[in-house]
Amino acid sequence: MISFASRSSASQGMTPQSLGWFARHELLLAWRDWLSMMTAGRRTRERIMIAMALLFTVGLHALAYSVLNPALKSGSSLGDKMLLVTVMGCGLLSFFMMLSQALESVTRAFYTRSDLELILSSPSPPRHVFAVRIAALTITTTAMSMMLMAPFINVAVFIDHPGWLAAYPVLVAIAMIATGIAVWLMMVLFRLIGAARTRLAAQIVAAVIGASFLIGIQVIAIFSYNNLSRLSVLQDHAFIASMPAAESSTWLPVWAATGSFPALFVVLATAAAFLVFTVWQTSKGFAQLVLSAASVSDINTSAAAGPRPFRTLSSRQALRAKEWQLLKRDPWLVSQTLMQVLYLLPPALLLWKNYGDAAGISVILAPVLVMALGQLAGGLSWLTISGEDAPELVGTAPVSAGQILWAKIEAVLAVIAAVGLPLVLIIATFAPYEAIVTAIGVGCSAASAIAIQLWFRGPAKRAHFRYRQTASRVATLAEAFSSLMWAGATALFAAGMMLGIACVMLALLVLLTAWLMS
Amino acid sequence: MTHEFSTGGRSTGGHSTDGQWALEITGLCKSYDRPAVDHLSLNIRRGELYALLGPNGAGKTTTLKMVTGLLQPDSGAISVCGIDALKSPIDAKRVMAWLPDEPLIYDKLTPLEYLEFVAGLWGITAEVAERRAHDLIALLGLKSQASERCQGLSKGMRQKVALAGALIHEPELIILDEPLTGLDAGSARQVKAVLREHVTRGVTIVMTTHILEVAERMADRIGVIANGRLISEGTLEELRAKDSQQAASLEDIFLELVSDEQVAA
Ligand SMILES: Nc1ncnc2c1ncn2[C@@H]1O[C@H](COP(=O)(O)OP(=O)(O)O)[C@@H](O)[C@H]1O
Ligand SMILES: [Mg+2]
Repeated sequence: MISFASRSSASQGMTPQSLGWFARHELLLAWRDWLSMMTAGRRTRERIMIAMALLFTVGLHALAYSVLNPALKSGSSLGDKMLLVTVMGCGLLSFFMMLSQALESVTRAFYTRSDLELILSSPSPPRHVFAVRIAALTITTTAMSMMLMAPFINVAVFIDHPGWLAAYPVLVAIAMIATGIAVWLMMVLFRLIGAARTRLAAQIVAAVIGASFLIGIQVIAIFSYNNLSRLSVLQDHAFIASMPAAESSTWLPVWAATGSFPALFVVLATAAAFLVFTVWQTSKGFAQLVLSAASVSDINTSAAAGPRPFRTLSSRQALRAKEWQLLKRDPWLVSQTLMQVLYLLPPALLLWKNYGDAAGISVILAPVLVMALGQLAGGLSWLTISGEDAPELVGTAPVSAGQILWAKIEAVLAVIAAVGLPLVLIIATFAPYEAIVTAIGVGCSAASAIAIQLWFRGPAKRAHFRYRQTASRVATLAEAFSSLMWAGATALFAAGMMLGIACVMLALLVLLTAWLMS
Repeated sequence: MTHEFSTGGRSTGGHSTDGQWALEITGLCKSYDRPAVDHLSLNIRRGELYALLGPNGAGKTTTLKMVTGLLQPDSGAISVCGIDALKSPIDAKRVMAWLPDEPLIYDKLTPLEYLEFVAGLWGITAEVAERRAHDLIALLGLKSQASERCQGLSKGMRQKVALAGALIHEPELIILDEPLTGLDAGSARQVKAVLREHVTRGVTIVMTTHILEVAERMADRIGVIANGRLISEGTLEELRAKDSQQAASLEDIFLELVSDEQVAA
């Protein structure tokens, strides 16, 4: 803790405390950022949030207990390879989660212009700033995965032995390595493709890393076990037998996590050395990189094509054209929605593996398409309807409110049709009936998502797209459930089962509930 | 500067001759927790520049938002160029332009694309819109930014782009909320010149401002508003004459009127 006395002296400039002062500033910002994401800026939500967090923590502890109690009670020891593999797997999972998150944070840290310009214009040495920023990133990265891992560690300490407490410092070590790698990745991207393209590239890499590990494990699991549990692959005996022997130093991190002090020392020292080396090596060009990153938002990302002649447009045409233009110029917003579709791959594979031979691939493709396009429609209609950046301009135009909404819905529907039609046509070449069912399913799912976004519409900044799911959980849930139900109905009808009617009823029920709650 | 603005592209020429008033507000009321606008009546002549003056929270923005159709009044009547703005809001909007105090434009559009969009909303043909857009951009000194995305523009520049958007459809009544805040001296002069030039062509302008010198220097008539009520109105001379102590500057008059009102309230 930093006292008020040290704070006032730190604010005078380059006192020895300024490193600590910077660190406090960073952590405060990180906390606020997280809080505003969770509460969507509403004060009343803070108390609900705390209650939810507590409930979540208790729930996770219960879950951890139910998972770990049988495993640890059955008398597994460290010599047991199964335990080694499981702990290692959890560690790797944390590592990839942290890497993905660190990469996102590093990207944001570089491109958050105002704050860096202020700091760099102050008389503090840029390398200091860089070092503190990286350290703070390591801490926030640790905190995020700590929330998920802590219950398991606590339960292990409680029912097995206190040596498991060493898993906490090992998590910190993993975070250090993940952050270091993220910084190197950023630097390499900067050098290879330049400041302008690095932001998008780094965010995509982050998302793909985050998703791919989970998806990869699921896919392996599906093909070996036919179920979706992420851990089942780690308990496969053939797999475990193929791992190095229990005495192999490959398991050093696991020994560290279970309380071996020499191992813990090696792990921590290696991780810290790597991070310090990274900061030392990369901080040289830091100020320059930040300034080149900062200039990105000032200059056009695409070369100005020069003025083109005006077109005569009706109000609705003008609105539609504007929405398309904005979407085209913000591909990241659209790709964020599409990224969720990645998570649909494993269940699709599972379905295909189980029923694919009998029913044909179209039965599997249809529900995935319906869900994905439903989600896309939801995201796009949030962007066009709630994410209107100039509501007062549109509101004072001589166009009725209904016409404005229609124009925006048309813009969304056109994008969905442009993405969906080619895919449906491909299905139609080999399965015309399934193609028709899919088209209807996509239409219903997209229409439901749009309707939900209409009912829950409210003024929002387009840039807050990534907070929209916390801003209205009801809308998010309703959207997910309705597209899920439409997907189910599509799959069942495509397979020729009348049970699909039940799914349709459920989808309508979800819509009715959403409408009543809006 | 001789640039011609034709009335082509719009079919509302009929309104410009009927009646003397560009804006008539009668008994307008709007309450949130407490009244924000309280039985406000205003009459603004065609071709005058009217400044609405009042302390923060007086109800200026609320009043203007009701005029532009962004807010629904609790009661009262609003007539814009002889059109009942509450009964036929679309027709009223066609002849009006609104410039909020913090104009929001699209970061990802260039100023020219923004103007094309606004022209489309008001149904203006391409040739007319394009000519006006280039005139306005030249007039407001935005030429070198015309094809750059707005995200890189300074606050003052963005304000000027929004102003160009408000003017591109040749409104008969322009309503501006604190139009000069945040502008540098050069930009403020450009904006004032553009507004003046529109007034001489018979366009009516209503603006709010907290810069009293701006009201003194620019406005034909001034209305002083406090606690949602109009407490004084007239030319600078009339306001001076009404005032008992013959205060020299409008600032003194303004502060005096407002403090009287607050004592009474
Ligand atoms: N959306 C709103 N909700 C509640 N009160 C509001 C809202 N908008 C304005 N007010 C209140 O109405 C009064 C007038 O506000 P406003 O018209 O913005 O004043 P001005 O523009 O003159 O500064 C203020 O007291 C303000 O607090
Ligand atoms: Mg105001």
